[in-house]
Amino acid sequence: MLTRACIRTMAMLALFASAAAAWAGTDGDDRWQGGLRAQHFQDRAIVVSKDVIALEAPYRAEDAAIVPLRIRAGFEQSEQRYIKTVTLLIDNNPEPLVGRFHFTPRSGRADLALRVRVNAYSPVRVIAETSDGRLYMDESYVKASGGCSAPIGTDLEAAMRRLGRMKFRVDGPDLEQPLQTQLGVSHPNITGMQMDQLTRMYTPAHYVTRVKVSYEGEVVFRAETDISVSENPNFRFFFIPGREGELLAEVTDNRGKTYSERFRVPTAN
Amino acid sequence: MNRVVDYVLPAAAMVSCLLLSGAARAGAAAPDCVDAPVTAVADGVYVRQGRHAVVFEGSGIANIGFVVGRRCVAVIDTGGSAREGAELLCAVRKLTTLPICYVINTHVHPDHLLGNSAFRKTGAAFVGHRNLPRDLSLLGQTYLQRASAAQGRVLGPDYLVPPDRLVEDGLLLELGGRTLLLQAYDRAHTTSDVTILDDATDTLWSGDLVFLEHVPVLAGSVNGWLRALEALETLSAARVVPGHGPADGPWPDSAAGTRRYLALLRQEIRQWLRDGGDLWDAQRRLGISERDSWEMFDRYHQRNIANAFAELEWE
Ligand SMILES: [Zn+2]
Repeated sequence: MLTRACIRTMAMLALFASAAAAWAGTDGDDRWQGGLRAQHFQDRAIVVSKDVIALEAPYRAEDAAIVPLRIRAGFEQSEQRYIKTVTLLIDNNPEPLVGRFHFTPRSGRADLALRVRVNAYSPVRVIAETSDGRLYMDESYVKASGGCSAPIGTDLEAAMRRLGRMKFRVDGPDLEQPLQTQLGVSHPNITGMQMDQLTRMYTPAHYVTRVKVSYEGEVVFRAETDISVSENPNFRFFFIPGREGELLAEVTDNRGKTYSERFRVPTAN
Repeated sequence: MNRVVDYVLPAAAMVSCLLLSGAARAGAAAPDCVDAPVTAVADGVYVRQGRHAVVFEGSGIANIGFVVGRRCVAVIDTGGSAREGAELLCAVRKLTTLPICYVINTHVHPDHLLGNSAFRKTGAAFVGHRNLPRDLSLLGQTYLQRASAAQGRVLGPDYLVPPDRLVEDGLLLELGGRTLLLQAYDRAHTTSDVTILDDATDTLWSGDLVFLEHVPVLAGSVNGWLRALEALETLSAARVVPGHGPADGPWPDSAAGTRRYLALLRQEIRQWLRDGGDLWDAQRRLGISERDSWEMFDRYHQRNIANAFAELEWE
């Protein structure tokens, strides 16, 4: 006797047939050369070098929903020459673009640390555009798995209760120097790829799309981000305050909600 | 939020469907099957000891086994593939002709549960944590893809067998002459951990709430896991069958290593967060004093730090 559930089971079987094939990530530069490069940088020249921008990534990451990355600039930001934009791509992720991160001379250093999801073995690449319009790239290979379809890591109900809460941390008392600044955002950053295997329903995507940090009205760090950023996005960057003042973070998600947080510099303690 | 209901109903429907179709085809098990090597750690308590390896890179990883009552048998975890499950079933068949009443899953992890499908035709009820249907459905896609890649064939969703009997909090299962006491935990090693105490021999099956030799793997909550261990350690038992490590160990001494590792991780990460340290450095510097105490440390420790870090930075 075929119940409705049985029929659905069989339908699921048929639907599944293609899924396993999608698992094996491609090695090397297939995705990059096969369209990713053209999509993001057309036919512009890209210099491969660690001198301008360097990426540090772990070689291996188990259950890679939270993989820390570090990006280091090869020179200090100045009015004469600075890194304008850093583009971060994970070739084999469902959406390869992790984010675009914008810096100014006020950043002091275009260094960045963040945590990402890596869904399969993949090249991770960072491309810097300098103020003279040139492009420089560094890349690293990460052996990781399942980061985007991994279930929501921390308690989703607890995460939703503190949705949009933010934490600033600013290190160092010297207002004339680049200060290391951490911004943590409580947000589940749901990828929309977490599928219920039985209902074949996806948990709807809910993730941070824009981050803007300004100091006394001037933007010091700005980013457009996508689903490959880990839950509770955390960005570490630098800026030169120059004087006492207030940081303002404005974070927007794909549902159009904006959250904000203010922070006095220098810190009281 | 009432999501659980949404997950449980289709899960139950699918299982009953599978059981019905399975029952029609059920017959005697092959007498000359390949059996898993099991050892009796107590009267009627059999364990197939696992070998340490990274999930999907090796096979036969977790400790799995079964308990034989006068009326029927309860299987506790089924291994990482249908073949492992079939070998465990064969081991049961070589020891007894009693029916298998229950297949209990200690949690969602694939090295413990992907052998379930081998037991579908036995008519056993599949028993697991109230969260197991949800967790299995969320993780199932990834598990099937990785298992398919590992086995070199496409595995369909019927390879996953979710529970049809849920442990809400505590649950008693009668095997005839012995009773199993099942206890469900909140977010600990995973979000679907169950322990089983056999009252006839005072044998505790801890699932992955207790690791021996193999470094503990954190996929739930470091706070919750330490709370679960605290509760568990008050329980009097003669021995524990850990999720990984030797087939059995003394109780409660065997819990000490897991507790020490988790407590150290939590303490060092909390301090690290107070000092403003980042995850990258934390992964390379914290908990290193534990390195020589555990196997598989280099494959799982950094990920444990990442998971604990994510939890503790917003606590
Ligand atoms: Zn486990």
